[in-house]
Amino acid sequence: MISYLVRRILWIIPVLFTVSIITFILMHSVPGGPWDRDKRLPEGVQARLNAQYGLDQPIYVQYVNWAGQFVQGNLGPSYRYQDRTVNTIVADGIGTTVQLGVMAFILAVLVGIPLGIIAALGHNRSPDYLSTSVSIVGIATPSFVLAILLIVFFGVELRWFPTSGWKGPQYWVLPTIALAGFPIAQIARYTRASMLEVTRKDYIRTAQSKGLRDRAVVVRHMVRNALIPVVTILGPIFAFLVTGSFIIETIFAIPGVGRYYITAIGTRDYSLLMAMTMLYAFAVAFMNVVVDVLYAYIDPRIRYS
Amino acid sequence: MERSEGDVSAADLPSIIDLAPDEARRAQTESVTASGTKRNADKLLEVRGLKTQFFTADGVIQAVDDVSFDVGYGETLGLVGESGCGKSVTALSIARLVPDPPGRIVAGQIMFDGIDVLKLSNEAMRKLRGKEIGFIFQDPLTSLNPTLTIGYQITEGIREHMRLSTRAARDRVVELLAKVGIPRPADRLKDYPHQFSGGMRQRVMIAIALSCDPKLILADEPTTALDVTIQAQILELIQKLSDEFGTAVLMITHDLGIAAGMCDRVNVMYAGRIVETGTVDTMFESPQMPYAWGLLDSLPRIDDIRGAKLRTIEGLPPLLIAPPDACRFGPRCRYARDICREDEPELTARAGEGHLARCWATEPGGWIS
Amino acid sequence: MATSSTVLERRVAKPKQSAGLWSDAWGRLRKNRLAILGLVLVILLLTAGLLGPIIAPWNYQVQDLQAVFANGNRPVPPFSPGHLLGTDSLGRDLLSRLLDGARISVTVAFVVQIVILTIGVPIGALAGWFGGNLDNALMRFTDVIYAFPDLLFIILLSVAFRETAFGQALDGLFLVFVAIGLTSWVTVARLVRGQLLALKETEFVEAARAIGVSDRRIVTRHLLPNGLSPIIVAITLGIPSAILAESTLAFIGVGVQPPRASWGSLIADGEKYVRGDPHLVLFPAVAIALALIGFTFLGDGLRDALDPKLKGKQ
Repeated sequence: MISYLVRRILWIIPVLFTVSIITFILMHSVPGGPWDRDKRLPEGVQARLNAQYGLDQPIYVQYVNWAGQFVQGNLGPSYRYQDRTVNTIVADGIGTTVQLGVMAFILAVLVGIPLGIIAALGHNRSPDYLSTSVSIVGIATPSFVLAILLIVFFGVELRWFPTSGWKGPQYWVLPTIALAGFPIAQIARYTRASMLEVTRKDYIRTAQSKGLRDRAVVVRHMVRNALIPVVTILGPIFAFLVTGSFIIETIFAIPGVGRYYITAIGTRDYSLLMAMTMLYAFAVAFMNVVVDVLYAYIDPRIRYS
Repeated sequence: MERSEGDVSAADLPSIIDLAPDEARRAQTESVTASGTKRNADKLLEVRGLKTQFFTADGVIQAVDDVSFDVGYGETLGLVGESGCGKSVTALSIARLVPDPPGRIVAGQIMFDGIDVLKLSNEAMRKLRGKEIGFIFQDPLTSLNPTLTIGYQITEGIREHMRLSTRAARDRVVELLAKVGIPRPADRLKDYPHQFSGGMRQRVMIAIALSCDPKLILADEPTTALDVTIQAQILELIQKLSDEFGTAVLMITHDLGIAAGMCDRVNVMYAGRIVETGTVDTMFESPQMPYAWGLLDSLPRIDDIRGAKLRTIEGLPPLLIAPPDACRFGPRCRYARDICREDEPELTARAGEGHLARCWATEPGGWIS
Repeated sequence: MATSSTVLERRVAKPKQSAGLWSDAWGRLRKNRLAILGLVLVILLLTAGLLGPIIAPWNYQVQDLQAVFANGNRPVPPFSPGHLLGTDSLGRDLLSRLLDGARISVTVAFVVQIVILTIGVPIGALAGWFGGNLDNALMRFTDVIYAFPDLLFIILLSVAFRETAFGQALDGLFLVFVAIGLTSWVTVARLVRGQLLALKETEFVEAARAIGVSDRRIVTRHLLPNGLSPIIVAITLGIPSAILAESTLAFIGVGVQPPRASWGSLIADGEKYVRGDPHLVLFPAVAIALALIGFTFLGDGLRDALDPKLKGKQ
């Protein structure tokens, strides 16, 4: 088990390495540079700036320089916001972004799993139809659509919640729901399917033959076994939250780190872009490891083998 | 046999459940003891006219079609038949474990220890299960929860039905495991099913079935999924324990050898009906039904000529949707005559004591003697 | 010898013949109401996509500025004369633009799957068939792709090549296909690899050989039908994420170029008018929803229908 854990964690390094190379190359394939603004800078000024930031070097040299700085924790200067370093930009926003992601994750799990269980237990009756309807809405509505609808309905019409900013708990509600919509639906569907499959297993019949109460059978035997496969989709769910968060941040004007992503591409802010990509890639890779390890841990067949 | 004062009905149920504390106290001081000290009826199990059907998209499958038999206290009864004849469904019906939908018990009466099982509420039935009726299933790998320790899975039933302290329950589990032949039982309490071999897992199943000292054990092909060498051990174990505790056993099997070795009496089932019943001796000495002959004949014998073909019963059992009013074995029977195709025979008496068979040919006055 | 009486045979039900994997599966699919709903929606979408330019009342680019002026310089509401679903702020007929969006979605959905198959199947097949070191190397490679936050990569790719000829092809659609396809092939590759690995060793290949079935027959009659099913299901269930990705790209302005009317860009355009003219957002949203629902239900239905290990379902 331990060796498995270690191997998986170590594996993140080459993955991130490859991600960084691919991103770097792609980034520099985009024509133009960080100095293309509304007003064109004179050639000489551009050349001097390029030299100053080392942008006139061959690409592999630039990469090595960047990598060297990166592993020391220096994310580089921001090309766009010249009075700040990427480190400070990230530091400012990362807390908010993480908070949004975590809240959406918790909401998705706390709502999705019970929905799936209820649907399975009330199979082909009203709890099933209700839960399935919610799931349908969840998978049919992209997060940006859900965000707009929530803003219009709850923010503007009903005025229950604010629709931009991040200044307090009431600001957290709409963005979290918008981000969690799709994951809730996925988790609910998957949990339901898993529960239905477990219901047909022989050991459920054994549990009933012991004369156990219904609740004991459901909780101890059905839910316990049904949740194990559900863990496997938590990795992709998390990846979804990571990549979806910056859209939500943009729509709701949340001061996280995500809203910089698209603009960074547009303005060719290389170091910011690299930092953001690495951050996201790390989060996804790390969570995949966590999920894999969790799965191996909670299934006794794998833990003790 | 003693009778209790007056018949026992569902309303009297509390008095039966109250056995539990008595037994529990005894269990704490003595080792696992014999059950059945209080007998509430003549026979432990009386099944009358049981009909269990499955309602499917293709039609109504009459899996158990008017089945009647008895099991005495402490008796071992065999229920023999090929796959699909309804023997497993019979056992599930007794414990009311038939999956509903698509199955349902549509008719009949099941008296267990004087209690009308089919009239019990779900809650009352639940209390019977595990406590008075134990079940051993066929495949111990899939029948045990892979994510719970075996100690827990055995303790579950005990905690539910018997008021024992945690300590006492644990001790009882260790004792049970020892009784079923699992070495170092105390150490293995926290192991998971996948850490046991197939034979060991089945022993755990037996321990679970016996855990609350039931009066009846329903054993549904307990050795079919095991190696031949292990089979003998498991069967021996079941026999030994049932003798020791006076537990009745309904042994369901397709294997005549098992029935011959373990049972006091045998019922042969075919296509949802009982076609022959009797003591083991009479059944195997003079079976009265061509199906039984075919079954016995098909067993390879040690003095068979090598290279000769295996003897089989030609044909397949009929589908149980809309069975005809004719002998169900007729199409495969070499002795069949017109009457076999027109009218279904009843279970009628034969020479031996308690020997009944369902066959026109072997009836007194029939064409086979 | 036992002789069967014809009288008896007639009264005893015959076991149902299995007519082959596909017809069995179709039978099961037909009974699944949600799957049929999905199929209907998919057919609707395909029809809209294929026949769009023919049945659209207007060209999707044409601006009916007269109608807009007549409406006080605002988008025309639905059920107005000549514009069944209304127009946007530039007077472009919404129904026609929705149909163009359908065309885009259909194209994206299917072409992306083709890209996925083109990349995923060979890689999976190579890994599965040869095994060993090649398998290891390829699987490590897929791990890297899998770890990529895909949307980010797609955006990066799209923006990186937007200005190039490659990026301009088909109004930017081509770039979108490739970008989405490049991040989504891993599942199919792993599936194909798994199928090959499993089937290589199966007993039923041995059994078929033992009976004397020719190798070619083994592949066409046994391996392919069984191996194909999970791939078909994966493809169908992968379409919703492709449509979703394309809509998201269009929404943030990175995908298909205007004036093409991807549903995502319609929503982006309509966002600022959503209070006064909600139809601009609602109709495209409904269109997306129906497309996603359709393919998801169809995919679920296919999975249930093609899975021969159906237990407890009649």
